[in-house]
Amino acid sequence: MRFNRLLSKCLILPIVLPLFFFAAACSTKKQEAKTSITVWHWMTDREPAFQELAKRYQARTGIKVNFELYAPSDAYSQKVRAAAQGVNLPDIFGILGEKRDFASFIKAGHILELTPYMEENNAAWKNSFFAKALAINEFDAGNNYGVKAGIYGAPIDVMTIQMLYNKKLFRELGLNPRKPPATFQELLDIGRKLKEKNMQGLVSGWGEVWMIDCFANNYGFNIMGRDKVVATIKGEVPYTDPDWVRVLNLFKEMQEAGVLANGIVTMINKTAEQLFSNDKAVFAFNGSWCVNVYRNMSPALDYGAFLPPAASEKFPMAIWGGAGSSFMVNARSKNKEEAVKFLRWLTDRDQQTYLAEATNNLPANKNSAGKISEILSQFSKGMENATHPNIWGASEFPAVIEAWDKGIQSIIIGERTPEQVAQEVQRIKERELAKRK
Amino acid sequence: MKLKSTLENYLFVLPAVAIFSIFYIYPFLKVFQLSFFDWDGIVAFKDAIPVGWENFKEILVDRIWWQSMWNAGYITVIALIFQNALAFLLAWACDREIRAKNFYRVVFFIPPVLSEIVVGLVWQWILDGNYGLLNQWLAHFGLGHLARNWLSDPKTTLTAVAAVHCWKGFGWGFLIFLAGLQTIPRELYEAARVDGANAWQAFRKITMPMMVPVAVLVAVLTVLGTMQAFVLIIAMTGGGPAYHTQVPVLRILASMQGSSRFGYACAQGISFGVILVAISFIQYRFSHKARQI
Repeated sequence: MRFNRLLSKCLILPIVLPLFFFAAACSTKKQEAKTSITVWHWMTDREPAFQELAKRYQARTGIKVNFELYAPSDAYSQKVRAAAQGVNLPDIFGILGEKRDFASFIKAGHILELTPYMEENNAAWKNSFFAKALAINEFDAGNNYGVKAGIYGAPIDVMTIQMLYNKKLFRELGLNPRKPPATFQELLDIGRKLKEKNMQGLVSGWGEVWMIDCFANNYGFNIMGRDKVVATIKGEVPYTDPDWVRVLNLFKEMQEAGVLANGIVTMINKTAEQLFSNDKAVFAFNGSWCVNVYRNMSPALDYGAFLPPAASEKFPMAIWGGAGSSFMVNARSKNKEEAVKFLRWLTDRDQQTYLAEATNNLPANKNSAGKISEILSQFSKGMENATHPNIWGASEFPAVIEAWDKGIQSIIIGERTPEQVAQEVQRIKERELAKRK
Repeated sequence: MKLKSTLENYLFVLPAVAIFSIFYIYPFLKVFQLSFFDWDGIVAFKDAIPVGWENFKEILVDRIWWQSMWNAGYITVIALIFQNALAFLLAWACDREIRAKNFYRVVFFIPPVLSEIVVGLVWQWILDGNYGLLNQWLAHFGLGHLARNWLSDPKTTLTAVAAVHCWKGFGWGFLIFLAGLQTIPRELYEAARVDGANAWQAFRKITMPMMVPVAVLVAVLTVLGTMQAFVLIIAMTGGGPAYHTQVPVLRILASMQGSSRFGYACAQGISFGVILVAISFIQYRFSHKARQI
């Protein structure tokens, strides 16, 4: 009986103890909030540089900055969404996703508008950025998302996604290592040489599909121009239009010519990076972040970057680019003023120079005096041709994007024709448009 | 005194009930509620749009969802037949007086305890079309004409994934079958031998009937485990090429993360759960009848 009584008292412990720890945790947080800023990010390669910058900021201002890394990016994305629901986002965070998601965060009151801060001192902060980098964080007046016009994030670096070629393998193929293909036909011709020599051609993370979307969009811009691409997204031009079928057909031609590496349809970008850095693939399609990746994987890799070879002369080739990663300030944070000050410091010239040098990424601050390597310089030249879905003013339905990307995979594996895929994508587009009505 | 005793009893179960309610019942009810809304998972839930049964109606005509069900069903059938047959045969062999049987017991249980991601990546490397071990072995043994891109070829990708799933999962069945075989009294076999029964007759008349309940348990666990497989698939193919290795859990994830359609994802989760319960129930009824026969 005594034992039972003792046991019943002990049972209270599992209830009382968590409450005690919870209360203790809350009080700790309150104390910390006065003197520290918390930043959530997903950038594994930049973590040491961020920690170093946090130390420098604390030495300068006495304010502690906690950079908290949550990787991989999928897990990070889930964490941010869950935190948004629990209204416990950190002082500074980044958003991974489409412009539509970005808009949802703003409309839910999670993101502070930075326009007043950017416009201070004759827009000194705003003018320090590459315009294309800032554009990704901007919403224009009358935008389709119903967001008040303004700037809602600060870019910390810029990126472009381009084609890469292995100069050593180019020499083995008897090609000029200083002359990557300039036209789509030249690319196909190289594909035939690759077939003859049984070498692997283009590798990329097309198993993760968004990079297929990026590649296809480049050619959409090249073949039909920006206006027609955006008109398609708005539902004014069907995907069965001959220009879109032509875009799909390019994938078929590349596959038939031997340009694409075996297994590209299930390849993740990490595998593609390994193959390219180990001289096992002649071409890669990758973003400027790859410079740091290749440097770590194979420092002696001899390669160059070039714009995807044009398939048409009607419109200029466009590539995805602009802000690589951006940070937003939590509108509900008690430290939002301090967070803005830190963000301003982080994107200042000296810090951007340090970040660029330490991580081999392109700085978002155009005044940054950092020395960049030749290959990064090639990537930065691509900024002239850069565009991004987040600045088009309209977003495609995710179901349509998925059907498009998966459709391209099925063209590559020879399961469906470009015409069939175009029809299927258009069917889904019409279904989604009907739902919206 | 009786009241005190009753209260004490309730106090004993209170922590378990509280934990179960918070972490199981509440989320389940919430998922059920969300399945009737159009919600992106970002805006406050009060701003979500109620859509009634629309999400469930959409599931009925979602071809990719049903293809993913078909794919999961295909992997499950392969697992039910080959994985469980292998598990049973190995358990039966290890139950006999063979040399180093303890060593085999440990070895056969290694695949299930390995990380699914690691297993997926290792097999992806083995099955790689360009530099994979399997193709190299085939070429080495003069079977180079059979070499292919196992994971990118729509004809082989699902079967390749199913085979790896069986390799990864047979250890569980092996363990349960072995435990079941060890509960069969040895006297039964001795009596059968005295009566002149040969090994096959003893197997058919003693082992098989006695193992029916265990086989049902293994079959139910195989169906539930295989239908929900996804980590291995993410690691090996990411659900591609095209939709050839898409499974329901991947579709739910795609709706939630890729399309920001939390309501639809919840409806998919509910539908999937109902289908799994129905399959398990049918399986149980079927095996119950088989036992009576």
